[in-house]
Amino acid sequence: MNDFKERLFKGIFTAAACVSILAVVVICVFLFAKGLPAIMEIGPAEFLGGKEWRPSNEIFGIFPMIIGSLYVTAGALLLGVPVAILTAVFLSRFCSERIYRIMKPAVNLMAGIPSVVYGFFGLVVIVPFIRDNIGGRGASVLAASVLLGIMILPTIIGVAESALKAVPESYYEGALALGATHERSVFTTVLPAAKSGIFAGIVLGVGRAVGETMAVMMVAGNQPVIPAKLTSGVRTLTTNIVLEMGYATDLHREALIATAVVLFIFILIINITFSIIKRRAKL
Amino acid sequence: MKKRKHVVIIRTAVYGAALITAAVLVFIVGYIFIKGIPHLTPSLFEIEYTSENVSLVPALINTIFMIVIALAVSVPTGIGSAIYLCEYARRGNKLVEVVRVTSETLSGIPSIVYGLFGSLFFVKFCGMGLSLISGALTLSIMILPLIMRTAEEAIIAVPDSYREGSFGLGAGKLRTIWKVVLPSAVPGILSGVILGIGRIVGESAALIFTAGTVAVVAENIFSSARTLSVHMYVISGEGLYINQTYATAVVLLILVAIINALSGYIAGKLEGK
Repeated sequence: MNDFKERLFKGIFTAAACVSILAVVVICVFLFAKGLPAIMEIGPAEFLGGKEWRPSNEIFGIFPMIIGSLYVTAGALLLGVPVAILTAVFLSRFCSERIYRIMKPAVNLMAGIPSVVYGFFGLVVIVPFIRDNIGGRGASVLAASVLLGIMILPTIIGVAESALKAVPESYYEGALALGATHERSVFTTVLPAAKSGIFAGIVLGVGRAVGETMAVMMVAGNQPVIPAKLTSGVRTLTTNIVLEMGYATDLHREALIATAVVLFIFILIINITFSIIKRRAKL
Repeated sequence: MKKRKHVVIIRTAVYGAALITAAVLVFIVGYIFIKGIPHLTPSLFEIEYTSENVSLVPALINTIFMIVIALAVSVPTGIGSAIYLCEYARRGNKLVEVVRVTSETLSGIPSIVYGLFGSLFFVKFCGMGLSLISGALTLSIMILPLIMRTAEEAIIAVPDSYREGSFGLGAGKLRTIWKVVLPSAVPGILSGVILGIGRIVGESAALIFTAGTVAVVAENIFSSARTLSVHMYVISGEGLYINQTYATAVVLLILVAIINALSGYIAGKLEGK
């Protein structure tokens, strides 16, 4: 009887462990089964390389959205990465215990703020600011980049800080003993030693920026054309799905699922890169 | 002289960056609070939602339903999975590696892809329609990797001597897990569960096409229902309710802050032990 119970529960636990495998398989099957035929019907070159997205005329080219995702992600990294890394340095090497106890929960809170709240903030603050001071309609590549730059801060800070903390104290002390200042020790020994961990954080930030949907939709303008300027509107892969899924039918609907397939593949590549770096950094 | 210069530059950069991070957060939270708190009127907390009075209470109640159902699925699964990985799997087990890779994959998938999958699978294929249950099941997959990871960390942190003591007293493996390992791992698991609640509260993209946007309290698990985040998104887009949107954002921020503080408090207690 007892033996039976032991084996029953071992079976239940094993089954629970298999749920995540099952989930990934089902997600892949459902996305690819609907998405790939659509890509074939539209033609892979027309779909991925096509510069026009006009669902009413059955023209489905997602090149502008691929470029759009690329632009806003690059913008977000440009603005967010330096601030995030330096903040992580501050948290791990420059701040007192008292400030840390305020700053660390603050960064965690930033990570927890819902994307709609970020999006709404962007809509009422960043967009009008750009419209009035820089030009264009406000909803733009620039607005999305600034907002995403803010949103990826906690992600990168978190990983970079644990990478910096994992550097053996002897590195820092060695540099001090050689006569370097605190600042020089941190920047010439600790920071380089943590670089693969920090890089892993950046890759995770890329994943967050590429995958963000609601916040970007509220500030990006959403025109499906390749943006000409920083102040032009832009549409990303994620927003393309959420904007039109509500009313799309037939091939249009399948083209949106195919957009998700492309997004999924991008994210898989980013994730694999992250895991490889993480394993190397032994985080 | 030269030494001084680099000290100044580095300090300015590091302190400046920390200041920017803090200022951004203070500005966002402060701006929304200043604009929102005056509009936290009693009418916003009425039970009925109407187009004249966009009360947030139905959405808040739906959010609680959503949390309960999603956790009811993902917490047992996540903990069971963590028990398997920590207590049963042998070193170098192939299944363990596959589970790790898949849970890492799940944690990286963007919420809109979950939403699309949920609408294809739960809504259409399983025939559950736009409903609380479709949304909750979609979210339960989304937070599964988080629950798995935190439960695993909590179980690994239980000292082996506890298990050996239990075995030594003649308890079987299952009994050891129930009576010794899990009770010691509860705080760690709980802090992960609370983080999961935070993600459910904040989620919107995964719910629009799975749970829909109906603004009344769900009658049963097959009714369409909007959560608070979705509610905020919908009223922000209608243009008429800008003040109510600010007020809803305040409520969301307070919720998230409470959830974060709770999780931090429990995690802090763990470290202090």
